[in-house]
Amino acid sequence: MTALQVIFLATAAMILFSAWMVVTRRNLVHAALYLVLTLFGVAVLFVLLEATFLAVVQVLIYIGAIAILMIFAIMLTRRVASDDTVVANHNAGWAAMLAVLVFSSLVIIMGAWSQFTTFASPLTRPGVPSNELGQEIVAELGQSLVDPDAYVIPFEVASVLLLAALIGAIVVAWQKDK
Amino acid sequence: MIPLSWYLILAAGLFSVGLYGVLSRKNAVGILMGIELMLNAANINLVAFWRYVDSDSIAGQAFAIIVFAVAAAEVAVGLALVISVYRLRKTVAADEIDMLKW
Amino acid sequence: MLINYWPIAILIAVSTFLAVAVVVFGHLIGPRRPSERKAAPYESGMEPIGPGTRRMPVRFYLVAVLFILFDIEVIFLFPWAVNFRNLGVFGLIEMFVFIVILLVGYVYAWKKGALEWE
Repeated sequence: MTALQVIFLATAAMILFSAWMVVTRRNLVHAALYLVLTLFGVAVLFVLLEATFLAVVQVLIYIGAIAILMIFAIMLTRRVASDDTVVANHNAGWAAMLAVLVFSSLVIIMGAWSQFTTFASPLTRPGVPSNELGQEIVAELGQSLVDPDAYVIPFEVASVLLLAALIGAIVVAWQKDK
Repeated sequence: MIPLSWYLILAAGLFSVGLYGVLSRKNAVGILMGIELMLNAANINLVAFWRYVDSDSIAGQAFAIIVFAVAAAEVAVGLALVISVYRLRKTVAADEIDMLKW
Repeated sequence: MLINYWPIAILIAVSTFLAVAVVVFGHLIGPRRPSERKAAPYESGMEPIGPGTRRMPVRFYLVAVLFILFDIEVIFLFPWAVNFRNLGVFGLIEMFVFIVILLVGYVYAWKKGALEWE
């Protein structure tokens, strides 16, 4: 066991434990706080995968914005979201069976793939020293987001999607104060 | 060193937990939390495949960024719907919001 | 590579220790003389008004949605800004289009009055 493996296993255990708490906690505010813990674990995984910019984005967007939005929504629908409601509906048994089925079939199918247990080759870019690698990756990302041969269409479509989401959220949720 | 399989199995587990949450939670906000877990599992996969299989390009990270934007849009509209339904029906239990059934 | 993250690990360890220590020591050695006034919800020293579980106005939610929108915009802006000199006029125009589309949503929220607090 190397130190890296220990860090990975600890993070993975934290992610799965807190994800389980997210779906089973009776009190939704607690579930949202466990969701923050899960999202932070995923950020640690991004660091282990040397996707440092994505780790920052994970903390900024998911923990800083999405989890906060969740907590706001819980507070706005407070009375019914608190402890006295039943957690699971009558499909919970079927849902558990389906989740186990999906997990085992995913693992079996991926296990048949020849590169399943492959190891990562070192992350390199020609002519870039290793201490500037992170900056180089972010620069490449910016390049690819405005490059017509790469992802400029998804990039612009994302802005339209966000615009539609904002207008939709305002139209659906907004209400004049009485 | 960590083999790719560890990341893939973890992501499959996280996805399954999220799926269980989506299917079993009564509260609509809880269902959205399950969807967030599933999107995160997909993101782990994208970044793991980028690092292990395709680290010369930037495609995996670019996809992951787009997934972030989609997740934010989904949460904004989904929670607005939950708030609106709560205002009209005084409930956020997904199996009580069934007016379209009859 | 990972060795660069030890300041963050130390920060997490120290803040976890501090949070636990403050709660535990406060619990162990602090005197407890509860009274009704102390157990009441804290409203900056005023008499508490109304129920504590009142629903929040929906404006908080809309401000949070606006915040998410511009958070995402920053995320897209950052990698572009890192090497915008190399991306040239074409990159500038594309980012301009991106920001203008998002500004339409901002102007809509503004005109709708979602940002006003009477």
